[in-house]
Amino acid sequence: MSALSIEHLSIGLPQGADRAFAVEDISFAIEKGEILCVVGESGSGKSMTANALMGLLPPGVTVKSGRALFEARDILRLPEAEKQALRGARIAMIFQEPMTALNPLMRIGEQIAEVFAAHDRFSQQERREKALNLIREVGLPDPEKIIRAYPFQLSGGQRQRAMIAMALALEPKLLIADEPTTALDVTTQAQILKLILDLRDKRGMAVMFITHDFGVVAEIADQVIVMREGSVVERGSAASVLTDPQHDYTRRLLDAIPTGKLPPARAPREVPALEIKGLRKVYRTGGGMFRPVREVRAVDDVSLTVGRGEVLGLVGESGSGKSTLGRTAVRLVTPDGGQVLVGGTDLAALSEEELRKQRHKVQMVFQDPYASLNPRQRIMGALTDGPITKGVPKAQAQARARELLDIVGLGAEAASRFPHEFSGGQRQRIGIARALAMDPELIICDEAVSALDVSIQAQVLDLLRDLRERFDLSILFITHDLRVAAQLCDRIAVMQKGRLVEIGTVHDIFLRPQQDYTRQLLAAVPGADWAKAGAA
Amino acid sequence: MWKRFSSNIGAMIGVVLLLAVIGIALFAPLIFAHTPWQMVQRPFLTPFSMDGLPLGTDTLGRDVASQLAYGARVSLLVGLVSTLVALLIGVPLGALAGFYGNWVDEGAMRFTEFFQTIPNFALAIVLVAIFEPTLASITIAIAIVSWPPVARLVRAEVMSVRKREFVDAARLAGLSRPRILLTQVLPNTVSPIIVMASLMVATAILLESSLSFLGLGDPNAMSWGYMIGAARTVIRSAWWLSFFPGIAIVITVLALNLIGEGLNDALNPHLSRRGKA
Repeated sequence: MSALSIEHLSIGLPQGADRAFAVEDISFAIEKGEILCVVGESGSGKSMTANALMGLLPPGVTVKSGRALFEARDILRLPEAEKQALRGARIAMIFQEPMTALNPLMRIGEQIAEVFAAHDRFSQQERREKALNLIREVGLPDPEKIIRAYPFQLSGGQRQRAMIAMALALEPKLLIADEPTTALDVTTQAQILKLILDLRDKRGMAVMFITHDFGVVAEIADQVIVMREGSVVERGSAASVLTDPQHDYTRRLLDAIPTGKLPPARAPREVPALEIKGLRKVYRTGGGMFRPVREVRAVDDVSLTVGRGEVLGLVGESGSGKSTLGRTAVRLVTPDGGQVLVGGTDLAALSEEELRKQRHKVQMVFQDPYASLNPRQRIMGALTDGPITKGVPKAQAQARARELLDIVGLGAEAASRFPHEFSGGQRQRIGIARALAMDPELIICDEAVSALDVSIQAQVLDLLRDLRERFDLSILFITHDLRVAAQLCDRIAVMQKGRLVEIGTVHDIFLRPQQDYTRQLLAAVPGADWAKAGAA
Repeated sequence: MWKRFSSNIGAMIGVVLLLAVIGIALFAPLIFAHTPWQMVQRPFLTPFSMDGLPLGTDTLGRDVASQLAYGARVSLLVGLVSTLVALLIGVPLGALAGFYGNWVDEGAMRFTEFFQTIPNFALAIVLVAIFEPTLASITIAIAIVSWPPVARLVRAEVMSVRKREFVDAARLAGLSRPRILLTQVLPNTVSPIIVMASLMVATAILLESSLSFLGLGDPNAMSWGYMIGAARTVIRSAWWLSFFPGIAIVITVLALNLIGEGLNDALNPHLSRRGKA
């Protein structure tokens, strides 16, 4: 008998939503000891399905029809009291963002013990003992110390381990994991995935793993279902879905994934567009009368060059200083030392007033498409403010803006609209048009595609590739995702803890990495083996 | 936004009440043949005892209904103008403090705290006592005691908006700092300011009434606070003299509060207290 079987489940959305059902007539089953990956892009209804199982649907969203059989009972129809007894004990859930899912004011040990307390199990002493064992089991270092730590004292990966410990506390039959590794670095992600695999083997629980990343699917899935706009479009074993997708949508998703396939190398560029020499930036925090100043070397003596017409990828994990480097290159952050040379001018040394006149030389495309456009300004304004300040006549700037909107694939009529009328991918196109409007010598893309769904990500990458050829753009492309970097970049620079670890052509970095850290990063990319098999 | 506002029953009641009060204030000279200062009948006429004087007469035989209508003019005028003046002081100060930070912030905030450490009402009394008690001086006194919360609110809003990425983008576009503040940051702080302003009008009306009640009002302007103040000695024998202006204050302040809360829910849908999905 299946651990969980869902039959003809439909979840209705409140009136006025963009569609009537969050999920419509879906059925699937998870066997004991099996990992089922539910894959889909945002808005596909994958998280709603999980919330329905846990009885955590937001107000206004209701289960319209269907059953979910778990231990011979329909858990969608249970009274609230019984659902509560089930949650945590028989079905457990882990979330995407471990920082917000943990109570910031409670020690880790207490939070784990609270799971026992909520279900009225064991005595105080036993709870502590069990919590310690769990902390050990999920591989957190120094359990005696961790049990007394607060969430803010742990790293992202450690927090997710603590969440998993809480979820495992009462030995659930079913674990629902909602994008549990999306917020983590690749190396941490690889560790958490391995932990989930180990625990599955040891405890034989069923896992419903929600993700948007086929790389993750390749790492851990036994069975896969692909969801799109509330319906299941494809299902099957991981091997068959990955190698022989039947549905068009699955094929497009798989095609959209940046694989390890390397583009043909382009000739190296001689003329530099950007030269960074010995750049340093130190952040100082704290430092009161009785506390020592805490120094973080965000960028520590980094030198690199981006050639004219070249795309240089800057890769690193969170905290590696790659974003600080990018922000220093446009002088949103003033460095403590070193030079940023653009067309012979040292941006780092200019005064505020001189800098304003040189701003147009380097432009930036930001990560968050929702925060990078002023919600109260029409697109035309966003695209012409800069050129007009630079001295371009208004009519000419507006004509150019319309032309650029056409080039990035939005059409000139987009100019008179407000940002909220566009989707995330469209906004990112506007961001690119805004950067191009200034005719910059260099564009810095700071995680410009990280917040987008894979298929949208692929479109934006296509656009960037197209623009690179058309305008011979020089781009510094900052990303945490090696697979994305491989698709677009000519050369890749790897950063770790503020230092430049390795720099070389894409082929050198991927096929002949010189440094240990680069090798670690490459090995941690989810689905690395599968991608390699596909490329061969 | 208007749809969300108009579906809020409380807010719509507030709008209707406020429109009624404004209407009465505007058309007072047309509704009443005599000014509130004219003696029209014998004193202490009870309400509804004589045609044409529905709310009776006061200690000097003046028409209470007419006094109420003219009082509405004073209350609304003082409330609106003092709020505008308070915004004119508070918004620029808060915006500068929040945007420029460092010593500008320090200076502006210490200056604000200086006003916040003195109890509002006491400061207002002192200010009115120093100046001549005229409508203008009362309005300014109320504005001076009510701008600090505006400055604090605007500062906090500006501080959060200026960290958004579109402000970085504007800097990269080469826009000057004052221009970024005016065209990029401030427009995004408007909604909380509107909500606060609507509630400030209500507080200003209360303050003006309290000042007039203490006899610190403009002696040439009939106001609700003055009516209650004048009637307090006869509150047991002539209840209607303090009751009706009291009701007028309650209704107006209630209407403004309902509108303010309605605006808050309409402009900040995710902070709505009505927990919709």
